[in-house]
Amino acid sequence: MTRGWCKEYTAASYTVVMSIVRNIAGITKGMSITFREMLQPTEVENYPDGPGPTRGAVLQERFRGAHELQRDENGLEKCVACFLCAAACPSNCIYIEAAENTAEQRISSAERYAKVYNIDYNRCIFCGYCVEACPTDAITHGHGFELASLNATNLVMRKEDMLVANVGMPGQLAAHSDSLK
Amino acid sequence: MPDMPEISDFVATSTLLQARPEEGSGDRTMVLNMGPQHPSTHGVLRLVIEIDGETVTRVVPDIGYLHTGIEKTCEAKFYQQVVPMTDRIDYLSPMTNNLCYCLAVEKLIGIEIPERAIYLRVLLNELTRLNSHLVWLGTHAMDIGALTVFLYTFREREEILRIFEMVSGQRMMTSYFRVGGIALEPPLDFFDRVRNLLKILPEKIDEYQNLLTGNPIWVGRLKGVGHLSAADAIALGVTGPPLRASGVDWDLRRDMPYSGYEKFQFRVPISNDGDVWARYVVRLEEMRESVKIAQQALDGMPGGPIKADAPKIVLPDREKMKTQMESLIYHFKIVTEGFQVPAGEVYQAVESPRGEMGYYVVSDGTAKPYRVHMRNPSFATLQALQTMCAGRLIADVVAVIGSIDIVLGEIDR
Ligand code: SF4
Ligand code: SF4
Repeated sequence: MTRGWCKEYTAASYTVVMSIVRNIAGITKGMSITFREMLQPTEVENYPDGPGPTRGAVLQERFRGAHELQRDENGLEKCVACFLCAAACPSNCIYIEAAENTAEQRISSAERYAKVYNIDYNRCIFCGYCVEACPTDAITHGHGFELASLNATNLVMRKEDMLVANVGMPGQLAAHSDSLK
Repeated sequence: MPDMPEISDFVATSTLLQARPEEGSGDRTMVLNMGPQHPSTHGVLRLVIEIDGETVTRVVPDIGYLHTGIEKTCEAKFYQQVVPMTDRIDYLSPMTNNLCYCLAVEKLIGIEIPERAIYLRVLLNELTRLNSHLVWLGTHAMDIGALTVFLYTFREREEILRIFEMVSGQRMMTSYFRVGGIALEPPLDFFDRVRNLLKILPEKIDEYQNLLTGNPIWVGRLKGVGHLSAADAIALGVTGPPLRASGVDWDLRRDMPYSGYEKFQFRVPISNDGDVWARYVVRLEEMRESVKIAQQALDGMPGGPIKADAPKIVLPDREKMKTQMESLIYHFKIVTEGFQVPAGEVYQAVESPRGEMGYYVVSDGTAKPYRVHMRNPSFATLQALQTMCAGRLIADVVAVIGSIDIVLGEIDR
């Protein structure tokens, strides 16, 4: 009687001990990984305190950010107001008013130019369809991404907001136009 | 309509909110509201849970908090404009949605996709699966209380997202596939980067496994919890990893191959346990298989064009469009008028990270779809919640939700 009880008791305590050992082994295994990871380099993008114009954010070349309206090598606007981007846009957020170029005032190299060119960033989903559609590479995605605003009306970008500066030199244009080749 | 139930009845049954029981009626249950802001419901899932003490007697999911009307919006867009909508259904698997939609429309039109596009699609889809499973593993472990895993899985996921950004321009809303191929040739160092990622991933998956599999708390919370039998799983329309974890050997990539999956060698991991643990094991194994498929796609990547030769449907190359009048005209026509798809209907299913994702597209012969309906795996799997949770403790509900890997955007559409 006593012996049987003893045996059972030993068996039970053996199982308990074994499960404790197993658990300790399991936790040790996990902790060893954690400690090993402590020696690995950290993977942090130090935004917004990092260096460079993006302030530490890492963006790929093709990143679809805020739009830019490009100029050609003569400093004229590339956009010829063909409305293709507006037609391609799935969220209907591009608004264009076209006007004719005159001999005195030449804005783009073709017949027409965009007098008004608005993109409503309340609606834009950054899908890149406008860039894909543009036959003259006038609209491209830049790398701007800090677009948040407390006032929704600020989010309607006008042509002046998006047009690249006219430095009149070729080379500036290629900077952001990798997205469609 | 005389047969329609009164709205008030509908609300009462759908939300499980019933009148308080009479004094002394012996009704011992209580209704508990979990979500839609609960941290472990992975979005805006609301569960109305009836509990008896700590035992769950009934679970009623109340969906619709994330309704976006995407299905309806698709009807107002040209066929090519629907692609960015499909991204937004499931934030963890945009490429799978793109692929499924494109395959459906391509089937309707009947165009051949060049080999290179097929391989790229498969490669990116397997990366998507890895991405989705990494998020699942991290958040599932975090729900159970193992926070560290989350940090590790998100580190690897970050690299996948960077690859997506590199190839398509966005991390999550990729919109990279087009009807008839893919949008752009991948950049030059894309393949090297993917190769490097695939080299380290198996090791990392071992690491997650070592971190979790032996952990007594993890085992205790997962083993034997949320059991779903094979018969129930099939009856409820559960697909994907939860189905395979219940012992049903069914994977659309192997059993109904699409997009060239028949060319790839891979195993379909299954388990017969049907519990949360089994789903964990199956998904981990699936990640290893995905790495293998991606590796095969990378090794066998053929050269050639990335878009089908169908000038009326596929946008022409930029180069051609700028130099040839004919291409320019097609470009204008496709962008402004879309392309006509022959009248008919088609259902195309693919194996998304969560199960069978299907697109049902009806065309009336115009340039806009008459109807686009999505069959989403999370929706069906959610219906199994009652079966998995009834009779179990309330803490198990969290483990079960994590194990079915739910994406709410997919459910509400
Ligand atoms: S990125 Fe897409 S949504 Fe935004 S303006 Fe261009 S086409 Fe429209
Ligand atoms: S941006 Fe391009 S597509 Fe849009 S109107 Fe100007 S030229 Fe045409």
